[in-house]
Amino acid sequence: MNATTNALAAIGAWTLDRIRDIGDAARFFVRLSLRAVPALGRYRLLRDQIHFVGNYSVVIIVVSGLFVGFVLGLQGYYTLQRYGSEQALGLLVALSLVRELGPVVTALLFAGRAGTSLTAEIGLMKAGEQLSAMEMMAVDPLSRVIAPRFVAGIVAMPVLAALFSAVGIIGGYIVGVQLIGIDEGAFWAQMQGGVDVWNDVGNGVIKSFVFGIAVTFIALRTGYEASPTPEGVARATTKTVVTASLAVLALDFIMTALMFSGS
Amino acid sequence: MIPPAAKPVSAGPLVDISELHFRYGVRPILAGVNMRFGRGQVIAVMGGSGSGKTTILRLIGGQLQAGSGSIRVSGQEVGALDRRGLYAMRRRMGMLFQFGALFTDLSVFENVAFPLREHTDLSEELIRDLVLMKLDAVGLRGAHALMPAEISGGMARRVALARAIALDPELILYDEPFAGLDPISLGVTANLIRSLTQALGATSILVTHDVAESLAIADYVYFVASGKVAAEGTPEQLAKSTDPFVRQFVDGAPDGPVPFHYPAPSYASDLGLAERGIGASG
Repeated sequence: MNATTNALAAIGAWTLDRIRDIGDAARFFVRLSLRAVPALGRYRLLRDQIHFVGNYSVVIIVVSGLFVGFVLGLQGYYTLQRYGSEQALGLLVALSLVRELGPVVTALLFAGRAGTSLTAEIGLMKAGEQLSAMEMMAVDPLSRVIAPRFVAGIVAMPVLAALFSAVGIIGGYIVGVQLIGIDEGAFWAQMQGGVDVWNDVGNGVIKSFVFGIAVTFIALRTGYEASPTPEGVARATTKTVVTASLAVLALDFIMTALMFSGS
Repeated sequence: MIPPAAKPVSAGPLVDISELHFRYGVRPILAGVNMRFGRGQVIAVMGGSGSGKTTILRLIGGQLQAGSGSIRVSGQEVGALDRRGLYAMRRRMGMLFQFGALFTDLSVFENVAFPLREHTDLSEELIRDLVLMKLDAVGLRGAHALMPAEISGGMARRVALARAIALDPELILYDEPFAGLDPISLGVTANLIRSLTQALGATSILVTHDVAESLAIADYVYFVASGKVAAEGTPEQLAKSTDPFVRQFVDGAPDGPVPFHYPAPSYASDLGLAERGIGASG
């Protein structure tokens, strides 16, 4: 009886903690969003942060995009040739990238590269009392530190996703056209004819925008709430990768269901 | 305890704390603290580790909310201020954190310029002059281009002090300013606290457990123990005090009113001597 009661109490406490956590996160999101608009006016801060989260992620995005394009080219060709449709390889590569792989893989890589970096930076600032010092100087850390990074992440993600898709298409072209020998004209013509700017590219951009909000928000909040110890910061960076990656995959499923259910 | 009549801070205190209670969760930290910090003075708050000294600083700065009691800064009740009011009050304060809390991504110059850039519309030329002036006051004008990672702990503390006085505050809070400093840096920091307080006409509240330096520069001293003010007085009065707590603290005695041992069951029972049939005498 006691064991059952204890188990129920534990489940109840866990549930209450999660509800409280969701409430805290929602409040943090509202506070951050209200400060994000004025942050747009702080050009220098914003420029530095876009450089930090965006430029430093370019190498991993370009290299990953190229290899994903190579693999898509190969796998697509193996599948399409069974049906004699290898001329549609360009379309397959482009749709896969702009609709799904571009935004999703970019967001996952962004969570691992820029997300962990943001969490660790904020966590260490907290551990070093830099955020408290800012508070004591009557400067709001949410406005001065967190909001510019939030905006930078939202701006950088769609650009990085576009870069990933563009490089991926080049990868698919190299494998499909240059190595395997598919007709170059068919590769590009099929792509041009089959990819819809609004439905495919537009929805991909919307996805990467949403992922930018989700991943950057999770990274920043996790760092801001981190326990100010080396162990706390280490846990927070791990939590960022796990939570942000799961959030990206879950959001992708929901958005795909909403966006492409009619196509 | 030294009689309250000896207090030189009775007229128009800048900070007035009365019947202050505070607890972390269920653990009481402060239980009825009364303190007054006079204008233009250096006042030291001393006590052992975990005695609640830093908590008092954080309560004065509005970083923590008191359980009950009153904290007034320039006549304003800190606990009653909203965020805007709190920030307005903090603009008249400077705080030196234990390890400086410098912004590691900004140079020494930019660290000191930070409050000026955030709170004023001064021209870049004027900011440069003011920052160099503040850095010169702490002897680090020549280090303005260095990054925090390139300077020593003592220098970081002095840069943080320059940053804390950037806006010429009327109240400066120091959290363990002498912790971990070598004797030369310690002497330099102590002299700076004294001289800057005088130059700015500010009030300095010094939370520390460094007896010699604090008694040398403070106008008045509070000893905090068990969540209360255990003793108070001028450095001269405390140096002559026969109060056992004051004597233990000033003389650095390992045992006394502040026990060497953390509360624990008897040593014999922890070692299980009774179960092993060994008598208390053995």
